Amino acid sequence: MQEINKERKPLIVAFCCNWCSYAGADLAGSSRLSYPANVKIIRVPCSCRVNPLFILKAFQRGADGVILCGCHPGDCHYTTGNYYTRRRMSLLFSMLDYLGIERERTRVEWVSAAEGAKFSNVMNDFAKTINELGENKRLEDLRCKD
Amino acid sequence: MQKIGVFVCWCGSNISATVDVKKVAEVLKAEPGVVVSENYQYMCSENGQALIRNAIKEHGLTGVVVCSCSPRMHEATFRKTCESAGINPYMVEIANIREQCSWIHKDIEEATEKAIILGRTAIAKLKLNAPLTAGESAVTKRALVIGGGIAGIQSALDIAEAGFEVDIVEQSPTIGGNMAKLDKTFPTLDCAACILTPKMVDCAQNDKIDIMTFSEIESVKGFVGNFKVEIRRKARFVNEKTCTGCGVCMQKCPAKKGLNEFNMGLNNRPAIYIPFAQAIPNVAIIDPEQCLKIKNGKCGLCSMNCQVNAIDYTMKDEIVEREYGAIVVATGYKPISLENFNEYGYDTYKDVVTSLEFERIMNAAGPTNGQLVRPSDGKHPHVITFIQCVGSRDTSGCGKPYCSKICCMYTAKHAMLLREKYPDTEVHVFYIDVRTPGKNYDEFFRRAVEQYDVDYIKGMVGKVYKEGDKLMVQGSDLINDEQVIIPSDMVVLAAAIEPNPSVRKIATMLTASIDTNNFLTEAHAKLRPVESPTAGIFLSGVCQGPKDIPETVSQASACAAKVIGLLAKDTLKCNACVAHSDEMICTGCSVCENVCPYGAITYVDKEFRLGGGKTEVRRVAQVNPAVCQGCGACTVTCPSGAMDLKGFSTKQIMAEVDAVCKR
Repeated sequence: MQEINKERKPLIVAFCCNWCSYAGADLAGSSRLSYPANVKIIRVPCSCRVNPLFILKAFQRGADGVILCGCHPGDCHYTTGNYYTRRRMSLLFSMLDYLGIERERTRVEWVSAAEGAKFSNVMNDFAKTINELGENKRLEDLRCKD
Repeated sequence: MQKIGVFVCWCGSNISATVDVKKVAEVLKAEPGVVVSENYQYMCSENGQALIRNAIKEHGLTGVVVCSCSPRMHEATFRKTCESAGINPYMVEIANIREQCSWIHKDIEEATEKAIILGRTAIAKLKLNAPLTAGESAVTKRALVIGGGIAGIQSALDIAEAGFEVDIVEQSPTIGGNMAKLDKTFPTLDCAACILTPKMVDCAQNDKIDIMTFSEIESVKGFVGNFKVEIRRKARFVNEKTCTGCGVCMQKCPAKKGLNEFNMGLNNRPAIYIPFAQAIPNVAIIDPEQCLKIKNGKCGLCSMNCQVNAIDYTMKDEIVEREYGAIVVATGYKPISLENFNEYGYDTYKDVVTSLEFERIMNAAGPTNGQLVRPSDGKHPHVITFIQCVGSRDTSGCGKPYCSKICCMYTAKHAMLLREKYPDTEVHVFYIDVRTPGKNYDEFFRRAVEQYDVDYIKGMVGKVYKEGDKLMVQGSDLINDEQVIIPSDMVVLAAAIEPNPSVRKIATMLTASIDTNNFLTEAHAKLRPVESPTAGIFLSGVCQGPKDIPETVSQASACAAKVIGLLAKDTLKCNACVAHSDEMICTGCSVCENVCPYGAITYVDKEFRLGGGKTEVRRVAQVNPAVCQGCGACTVTCPSGAMDLKGFSTKQIMAEVDAVCKR
């Protein structure tokens, strides 16, 4: 695996549901539990709002890892949204793996609003994994870059 | 062309200490579409908001980006600010540069760079925002209180006092909860029954309050202001309306082997019973596991002796459907099971009891009629040892990591009552720390030590074993640095408390979030402590975290105030960020209808003009904006891309991904 050079830090896109995981990220913040600055959060109402296209777009634009965080199974604010996420993403991630985006670059995690520490741990761990995997160029489309 | 204003908040030093706010404002000013970019110490303050309002007017802004704290904190504030200055409240986006940036990163350069990216992302999204208007929905002016302990009772009384109807749903056959089982209450030592039972009677007599005991929540549908709840009224085999509570049936019942739940199983009760003398409703109930008539058809004595023909052995569960505007969760607690704590010999020795069992033994209406006797042989104990923190503050995984909060105080109460009533007893208390914050609490504890001569030993107990007639309590005395063994006649364990086990199922039905210890999560730990993050759900009492009676009552009243505030409204603004389908693209395939958890999507046949005077009729999806909660499940499942979500549209999120990935 190639090492990511110092200037080009790995880029991680984290989709967080508004009710559990975004609040979990807020709690990580107010508890001052750090995680790498290259983790960028995009707020969605529910993890089931994440269209597979968003993830493909992220890899196309040069993201090195994409993580989806939602409420724990059974605790979805919208009752069933995270079940859809789980099924959709297991399909998508295996397809991406087939296309050469390693399985480890994609992840679904359940983080509740009370789990600030878990949020920070998950992000640190994911960032470490992505760091080890190195740069992802498999889907990167230079035409998308300005 | 949009005119965007960017407002970067310092949040005092919370943001400005790690993010170069001036640089952020300066860099973002150069973004296309941005006409003004300001920074200010506290954007949420009146002056900060005035700054935004003036900029909107001066520059004719069409949209606003605020780089500040989490949108969960101040999105609503800034939306109002913008609305008051004449732009649509949904033309506001928040870049979270505090929780997601300044608070978690130390390197100023790195944090500033991230803040700029977050700001750009918000700008990118804002450019695709459209003005939205929220619909309105009517509020059902009735509240549901789940749980009839002191928390539920207080909340219900306060809501009824304001003139709204309330239903209390309680799973056991009577309201009163754990407090009804207590003997005395700290720090005043007044009798629990004397202060609780009048409140129970108030509930029963209040025509605004409907009490449904021996009932459980079956299902919850709907949303704030419009909940539809199914309640299972379990068969009690006694007609609640006709039973007078005379108690003759209890005397005649030959099956007297049921464990008395109210006395913590310390004595037996008949198969037909009234939980306790002051039960509300004061009507009998049959335990079908014990009843000879229900089990094998032989007996029927209670029915023969009932003067009012209240007994019905064929009674079935009944489902009641009600509508509510607000729901209060007041499910309370139970002491933990002590199966992981064999070292204290709770399962082995009858004279090792929990504090709640001890409470019943001390109670005049309890299994021993208030006489202090050992459960094993009925003898009067002389040496009683209390063990604190049994399963509380336990990080080993056997117990609970949190402090149960009430044990220090009730143990001091028990010790004091013992010494008061039986001066011949010797009382020892093993403790890790004594925690007595609260009005007159520390004074109370000191009285136990100084006035009543209770022997407090700092240290934990290793094991309890039997030697002859005595229970030997072996523990460490940390202050004298020695091992001690106290031969005792009785041992009382302050078992940790945990949320009522039913709360998990209830939380799932309410889609209210819950923490790792099964306590319900509040909307904000400090500023919204009685609300769940799920709108319309309120938290009362121990279901939210361990607390004693005074705190529970305060929280219950606070909760009622919030409910009253909600029910006083005639209509509520609906969520404006709802799904909508593009009828020109929709193929009417029904996939979205299948994934919608709210049944918000219906299909209509609509006529479309094809040009040249021709028309066609197509089946298309329509979203009911009053019912849609905006999860977005339909948007992803839609194969034709006709379904989209306002406020979180596919284009908006794509633009955010784009902006976030820009290096």
